[in-house]
Amino acid sequence: MKALVAVKRALDYNIVPRIRSDGTDVDIAGAKMSISPLDEIALEEALRLKEQNKVDEILVVSVGPAITQDVLRHGLAMGASRALLLEAESLLDQLGIAKLLHALVEREKPDLILLGKQSIDDEACQVGQMLAGLMNASQGTFASKLQLVNDEIIVTRETEAGTETLALMLPAVITADLRLNEPRFVKLPNLMMAKKKPIEIIPANELVTHLEPRIKRTQISPPATRPPGILVKDVADLVTTLNKSGALHS
Amino acid sequence: MSVLILAEHDGQHIRQSTRSSINAAQARNEPVHLLLCSDHADTLAHEAQHIKGVDLVLHASAKHFAHPLAEDIASLIMKLGNDYTAILAAHTPFTRNILPRAAALLDVGMISDVIEIISPNTYVRSIYAGNILVTVKSSDTLQMFTIRTSAFKPAENQERAAPVQSVSAPDPFKRTRFIDEVHHVSDRPDLSSAKIIVSGGRPLGDQFEALLTPLAKKMNAAIGATRAAVDAGFAPNEWQVGSTGCIVAPQLYIAIGISGAVQHLAGMKDSQVIVAINHDPDAPIFKVADYGLVADLFEVLPELTDALN
Repeated sequence: MKALVAVKRALDYNIVPRIRSDGTDVDIAGAKMSISPLDEIALEEALRLKEQNKVDEILVVSVGPAITQDVLRHGLAMGASRALLLEAESLLDQLGIAKLLHALVEREKPDLILLGKQSIDDEACQVGQMLAGLMNASQGTFASKLQLVNDEIIVTRETEAGTETLALMLPAVITADLRLNEPRFVKLPNLMMAKKKPIEIIPANELVTHLEPRIKRTQISPPATRPPGILVKDVADLVTTLNKSGALHS
Repeated sequence: MSVLILAEHDGQHIRQSTRSSINAAQARNEPVHLLLCSDHADTLAHEAQHIKGVDLVLHASAKHFAHPLAEDIASLIMKLGNDYTAILAAHTPFTRNILPRAAALLDVGMISDVIEIISPNTYVRSIYAGNILVTVKSSDTLQMFTIRTSAFKPAENQERAAPVQSVSAPDPFKRTRFIDEVHHVSDRPDLSSAKIIVSGGRPLGDQFEALLTPLAKKMNAAIGATRAAVDAGFAPNEWQVGSTGCIVAPQLYIAIGISGAVQHLAGMKDSQVIVAINHDPDAPIFKVADYGLVADLFEVLPELTDALN
């Protein structure tokens, strides 16, 4: 069985994003970039399936400029079998990414496609569902548990009311939620070895010709900040203050 | 032309989040059609007909909508989609599973979690866990987007009843099979629409529910939790407040034993009044709190529960 894991290169989760001084974009110059955390969880899940001998090949894929290879190397160091970059210099929207991944899926024919439910930067929560739609395949989004049983994948997913379990025929698209697993720590020798591994590069416009984004950013700004609050000295003080503020009355 | 809204319900009632999307849709000044998918008709359709701002209820009734799959609802939306100028829903786990799939089937780009509608094709949304706001413009003829429930007021009821029209559901998608679902039963109000939320962090430990429930009951509040509390198994997943959980903006948010990780703040910092109780005076939660109390939560929690009447 073959798994394809799609990962996004994003600002590391420990870094507070700031707007560039010219006000045009988020300042990522020189900042640490990583695999978006939920995508890393998706990759970890594929690795665990491989360790259970349920999956024999893991292809880790990303979309972006040449520099994106750094996160693919991290994917190789974690244990992916192959890495592939769909090279695109300009920014794509979610539909464009889904179309690219769809074209790659037709070429690579994976049984299982895994990715995070949303990225840490855009938080759109779209690509997995879009890809499943384009493939006319089953989708198991917001997965907190996976089990491969014969030709089906059993997915427990987080819903508004609790959880739901679905059985999906393969090929299927799975998007990882926070509690699917905790990704492994990558050891230094693995990182060193991953540096020597090849990364296949395909220009994005060779796979899909019309990738012009439908959705474009026209403005970027910091959110409004809250006025500073006050410290109360004890519970009685807190209750009095809340009563005065009107927050307790509906 | 009209706007189509995907309704969400719990089998008994239309969710508040759907009412927020109905209000958001009014910005377009076009007739609003509400798409209701269920396995039984009457009460839900009746409720939907009487929501202010709804001009037509499209009711797709089918046995397999007892446990609706994204695959099935997305193909229904695709079938209806080209008759509309916009398709929207609230950004909830239910709809965000469906709408992107439908958008891809219709070959339309989608905008998630909109907090402000500026014009019929321009929207404001937040990125990086609420740290940055962006204005985005869509060039598609058909606009597809989800709205943040807490950013739009829920639509109220009206006397007038909008007509109901039935639409046929496509044949069920055969490659996905529903097995079962687990609902965490709670008599607390719904987190996404509660006026008051009492929320706890990991320090509450396995006493999480036992400690917060009396206070929540007294205030008629919903209970929220941090990711750490959910990961540790102290609170169920659907209670998680934050950028990967539920985003809320109640009248009052009481954060107890919550340090204030960026991802948690993203889920609650638009609340009207924020109270933080934490033993660590340097906890980031105090930066967004209107009223802070530096204290041991195990001491003050019972005291606070007693003091409120």
